[in-house]
Amino acid sequence: MTLLSVRNLTVTLMTGSGPADAVRNLSFDIERGQILGIAGESGSGKTMTALSVMGLLPYKGKASGSINFDGQELVGFKPRDFRRIRGKDVAMIFQDPMTSLHPMLTIETQLTEHLRHHRKVSKSEARARALELLDTVKIPDPKTALKAHPSQFSGGMRQRIAIAMALACQPKLLIADEPTTALDVTVQAGILKLLDELRKSQNLSVIVITHDLGVLSALTDRIMIMYAGAEVESGLTSQVLTRPRHPYTRGLIDALPDSGADGKRLIAIDGMPPELGKFPSGCAFHPRCSFAQSECKTGVPNKVDIDGSRRIFCSVDPFDTSDSSAGVSR
Amino acid sequence: MKPIVEVKNLAVEYTRGDQKVRAVAGVDLSVGAGEILGLVGESGCGKSTLGKAIVGILQGAEGEVTFDGQPVTKIGRGQRDAHFRNLQMIFQDPYGSLNPRRKIGDQIADGPRIGGVSKGEAIEKAASLLERVGLPRNAVERYPHQFSGGQRQRIAIARALAISPKVIIADEPISALDTSSQAAVANLLVNLVEEFQMGLIFISHDLSIVRRISDRVAVMYLGKIVETGKTEEIWNFPAHPYTKALMSAIPHADGKALVLMSRCRSHSMMGEKSLVSCKMQVVRLKP
Repeated sequence: MTLLSVRNLTVTLMTGSGPADAVRNLSFDIERGQILGIAGESGSGKTMTALSVMGLLPYKGKASGSINFDGQELVGFKPRDFRRIRGKDVAMIFQDPMTSLHPMLTIETQLTEHLRHHRKVSKSEARARALELLDTVKIPDPKTALKAHPSQFSGGMRQRIAIAMALACQPKLLIADEPTTALDVTVQAGILKLLDELRKSQNLSVIVITHDLGVLSALTDRIMIMYAGAEVESGLTSQVLTRPRHPYTRGLIDALPDSGADGKRLIAIDGMPPELGKFPSGCAFHPRCSFAQSECKTGVPNKVDIDGSRRIFCSVDPFDTSDSSAGVSR
Repeated sequence: MKPIVEVKNLAVEYTRGDQKVRAVAGVDLSVGAGEILGLVGESGCGKSTLGKAIVGILQGAEGEVTFDGQPVTKIGRGQRDAHFRNLQMIFQDPYGSLNPRRKIGDQIADGPRIGGVSKGEAIEKAASLLERVGLPRNAVERYPHQFSGGQRQRIAIARALAISPKVIIADEPISALDTSSQAAVANLLVNLVEEFQMGLIFISHDLSIVRRISDRVAVMYLGKIVETGKTEEIWNFPAHPYTKALMSAIPHADGKALVLMSRCRSHSMMGEKSLVSCKMQVVRLKP
């Protein structure tokens, strides 16, 4: 069952040199209990996509298109409408566990505030729920932890507390923005395992935003690769990572240290990702793409649809291994 | 190969409250010219402290560090500049290691200027170094906030190169970067080591990159080096249980297993816990 359905989402931000589109014509769906990964370099619009679902776009930021969440249209929602669902039905964990918790408030205050607001429970009921949550995310000695402040925990522990906060009101959708980027590999493994368990036990839908393909591979069912605010490729995680079709996806995978040729040199993608407001015309990736043809500079990338589950936005599609061009739509 | 930096029995002790914490507990290391030594371990194991102690910017380090035959630890502040300009460090955080209120060019030119080069020449050198690390020459006139994380890390590398060092200690130089800029910056470091025959101590928790670029690897745990050797040997025959655990905790893009370690790490700094007590649990999210 589809929980979130995004169609033709465009997010316009106000920059020093006028309005600029940070997300361009994005469409995707998430089923209940599914984990979707969104990957791409910084500045590719991953976080802005998430923030538009949360109703937390920066000042003068504007979303257009359609975001259908559990039967409600979120585009055009007023701040007070967002306040009704945010923290309750949709929750988010942020990249940096060092700054996403309030340093001066106890864990109890931070874990129970939105619980009391949304669920209208008593203080003691909220505390009981908070203890339960800390236990879920495997914080040792939850009773002591409730009275502690964030500075008394390590980075991995704080990220667990942030996850507990997000889970307090049993949301239907959890958005995790780079949840393990600031953490060690061993701590990362623990957080990923926790997210996977939650999905299974609570039928939670999760959007994981990261540039780490290893994390995506370990955790997600589907992934969407973004470049310059637009989707370049999406599909089942196993398919996209083992048989990438878009030259950009291919470049990301080839840049990993454990792939590519022998020797000490890695295969980097030439050039830098474009800045907001300066996205190239046509296919935004064409200046860095070794397969680019003249049509890529001006024309909108051709959308290749495979079995309704996989999409590639590339007019050249150099890694097409199928014999027929069946299923191709313009 | 004759080592250019040699570390013998180095120990650093911090005082936390009324507790003494041994961040580095007796480390022996060496790196030669044109060699890349990968130093791996989790955060909190003492990697960064060790790096700082080697360049001599930590108070209270015990033991012996020699650079080019000269002891680093016993040199007074007055003579440091002259002796150890050839020993440079690149810090972990490209946002915190550049002064936000000074122009990039001035910051890179500091090193050569202290060495007696005129301002004009030093700025000229800064511009060509920026070009070398893949940034435009006119970046000398700009300020740090005008650059992204990856670009700042390149600036930090250019600054370390400004006085043609013989050894660079790079503390997590690529951890803060995107996958594709990670590859570019790692390639840059490898090129520089080969071109100038520098020694490089590459501190990282990312084992896959360390495996790719290092000649030798030292694995650090709770302030000690638990295993050291040629990269391929360690990879093929890891002897220490911690090395094995660390290696399997990397998520691969093909969905291979992750290993979750028990809670031994959170107490790691409190004392010298025995490594044997560290329980490991294999976690496979996908079949």
